[in-house]
Amino acid sequence: MWSFSKIADLVHQSLNHTFSPTLATIIEMVIVGVCVIGLFAVLGLVLVIMERKVSAWIQIRLGPNRVGPKGMFQSLADTVKLLVKEGMTPSGADKFLFNLAPYIALIVAMLLMAPLAFAKDFQMWDLNIGVLYVSAISSVSVISILMAGWSSNNKYSLMGAMRSGAQIVSYELSAGFSVLSVVVLAGSLNLNTIIQSQADGWWIFKGHIPVMISFVIFIIAVTAETNRAPFDLAEAESELTAGFHTEYSGMKFALFFLAEYVNVFIVCAIGATLFLGGWMPFHIGHWDGFNHVMDYIPSSIWFFGKTFFLIFLIMWFRWTFPRLRIDQLLNLEWKYLLPISLFNILLVTAMAILGWYF
Amino acid sequence: MFIVKYIKEVFNAVKSLFVGLRRTGYYFTHHKEIITQQYPDNRDTLNLPERFKGEVVMPHNENNEHRCTGCTACELACPNGTIKVITKFDIGTDGKKKKAIDKLVYHLELCTMCNLCIIACPSDAIVMAQTFEHSVFDRAELTKILNNPGSKIMEGVE
Amino acid sequence: MVEEIGTTEEGDLIINVGPQHPATHGVLHLVITLNGETIKKVEPHLGYIHRSIEKMCESLTYRQFIYVTSRMDYLSAHINNHACALCVEKGLDVEIPRRAQVIRVLMDELTRIASHELWWGAMAMDLGAFTPFFHAFRERETINDIMEETCGARLTMNYMVPGGLMADLHPNFQKRVKEFITLYKLKINEYAELVTGNIIFQNRMKGVGYLSAEDAISYGCSGPTARGSGVSCDIRKLYPYEVYDKLEFDEVLETEGDSFARYMVRIGEMNQSIKIIEQLIDNIPDGDFQAKTKVVLKLPKGEFYSRVETARGELGVYIVSEGGTTPYRIKFRSPGFSNLSALDHMARGSKLGDLVAMMGTLDLVIPDIDR
Repeated sequence: MWSFSKIADLVHQSLNHTFSPTLATIIEMVIVGVCVIGLFAVLGLVLVIMERKVSAWIQIRLGPNRVGPKGMFQSLADTVKLLVKEGMTPSGADKFLFNLAPYIALIVAMLLMAPLAFAKDFQMWDLNIGVLYVSAISSVSVISILMAGWSSNNKYSLMGAMRSGAQIVSYELSAGFSVLSVVVLAGSLNLNTIIQSQADGWWIFKGHIPVMISFVIFIIAVTAETNRAPFDLAEAESELTAGFHTEYSGMKFALFFLAEYVNVFIVCAIGATLFLGGWMPFHIGHWDGFNHVMDYIPSSIWFFGKTFFLIFLIMWFRWTFPRLRIDQLLNLEWKYLLPISLFNILLVTAMAILGWYF
Repeated sequence: MFIVKYIKEVFNAVKSLFVGLRRTGYYFTHHKEIITQQYPDNRDTLNLPERFKGEVVMPHNENNEHRCTGCTACELACPNGTIKVITKFDIGTDGKKKKAIDKLVYHLELCTMCNLCIIACPSDAIVMAQTFEHSVFDRAELTKILNNPGSKIMEGVE
Repeated sequence: MVEEIGTTEEGDLIINVGPQHPATHGVLHLVITLNGETIKKVEPHLGYIHRSIEKMCESLTYRQFIYVTSRMDYLSAHINNHACALCVEKGLDVEIPRRAQVIRVLMDELTRIASHELWWGAMAMDLGAFTPFFHAFRERETINDIMEETCGARLTMNYMVPGGLMADLHPNFQKRVKEFITLYKLKINEYAELVTGNIIFQNRMKGVGYLSAEDAISYGCSGPTARGSGVSCDIRKLYPYEVYDKLEFDEVLETEGDSFARYMVRIGEMNQSIKIIEQLIDNIPDGDFQAKTKVVLKLPKGEFYSRVETARGELGVYIVSEGGTTPYRIKFRSPGFSNLSALDHMARGSKLGDLVAMMGTLDLVIPDIDR
């Protein structure tokens, strides 16, 4: 049976066999880079068509159905359109920052890919502070939005960027706390160790109520962090036309668009890793027979299945709820989510010390 | 009790969100509720009601005869100057000069489909057609002559 | 020009919302003075879709000018036509047949429901929920189909003419209206599930855009905007026309005066309209659909005024006649204009996001404001 890790090992061995170790590492890096860019493109295409289909079915529409079978190549056609479109720069804009911002958004999303474990023993960088790395890098994404908003020389963009700044900085806190609760239980910042610790059951089941609370808070916080409805104040369409990317067009807009979807994928992947066991199949305690049956499903399918389930959840929210107001958004964070997650982390710590989990 | 009230509030709030999610979830899973009509594809099965006001046409019978007497009632009734009746004098069978239409010019681009000309017509010479795809590349094509070339007035219509 | 100035002398930000903006539903231009996110002043700039309908009407005959009025408040085209027809009939002093009266009321109420349904979807969209818009259109399309069958058009019907109606009802009308009532009663709960009961929506609506009863009166607000503040102003009740005085329905009043009150008034009005339709649909009297009128209408010298309740408020039609075939002067008192004037008062001190909600609850139709 082949798996991602076997392929990776095979490539690693054959490269080391033919080239010197340094050259082999460099070639591996290039391969990884190409793979990440490829994954980006695929994710962008898949998630856009998924969002359009989900929204269409919720809104009793058919959705795209012209390009390819059932409209599955619609996002490909859209990409071509965006590629050939003229990328305008407004006359009063700060040209350097204006052109830099979308790339920063994309690079942040790329960096976040590094510690993710896509399948068993298949990871770009097995970092021993993986969780810390993810929460540190994800905060950088606000810079690209602020940069875009400021440099556009547009009041709508500026307001969108300021909203986004306030929003991401606040929700970073509760997202961090909810991630921390799993770290406390697993006793490690290493994503791989966290996944291994879920071999006898995912944390959302093992950690019962407190972890479920952190899971809910995590979902809310990352929805806000990725600027998705109902927290899409940074680009609140009916208020700020398009918020921070009002002035962007063509490929630069597409990069923001892509970064948004890749960010959604990454936060969902992290949620799946921390709370739903990442690539770990569904195991129940010591039911070895059952666990064996579950092991037959490849680990990558488990990982992507869980991630796409969370993505669907976030999309479902988006097409159901109205948008919050900026003060309500901050109220929700500072008056509800933050106190609850502070109390929750205390509970989780007590639980971890006393061993009150399965 | 403050805390009971608070919990009840939070519970109701979350419940209201779940009610909405259930509704959208229902539509997500029930594709038979989809109401999209795939318009250019369903042209053949498209049913427009017989009263639909698409454009003004003048029906002709198989002998290329229409019912228009050239009374200009439609031209007077039209609020936009959409219809222009150009009359001529025909020599009738009995040798008398008779007023008849030469051309009935209809400017579709000016028409608002208000139906006033149809009501005004005393001899039911013009009716509304159930067409709606009026876009053309040349604006001149929207100026139409409603009577067919060589058409005559129907026998017995005064 | 305002566009050239970025900030005021106090350092407040001036932004132009519109004329092209997703929230203004047309070409309304609001110049907003902002302190951060807080609104200090809202200044509507009008005239982007001014087509001088009043002046156009002066050169059209009394039969012709009615079709133009469909283009004012295009969401309640029937009711606009109704108001004009009523005014001309007042001048002609004709009594229209009872069948025509009942059909007019039926059409008015169907239009009101269609208008409110569009408003419901559009307002939810203003608040960032896209799904309700499509769900609202499903029911609205049913009404449009009914209209299409009887009147021949979906939006600008021109069905009501001086002296009665342009055509008789389509034979399918009663059956399809009954089908619509069944559908409506089935789906109205979804409106509550999706939007009305939603906690985010309630927080967005409650307590924002407060308009007291006194202010509502002094700004000349009418329709659901005023009724949300507790001002009883339903023309159908106060100055009944056609058969409204013989019908059983309630004037929906809310006293809170905030956006949510205005929202609830409109939801309540839809239910009341259904009630009216249910009373009338089986009791359409037989008879003519038109009174006998001359081909060329001439109003006697004088001034005539009629008022009806549109989906947005009170629509007044004022005709000055010199005795000819065309009006000497015609004036429409449109509800949207007065309702918009209260926006500045309502919006001061609230957040930018709330402005959108307030505009949504005012249910502005820009061609109705500009004419």
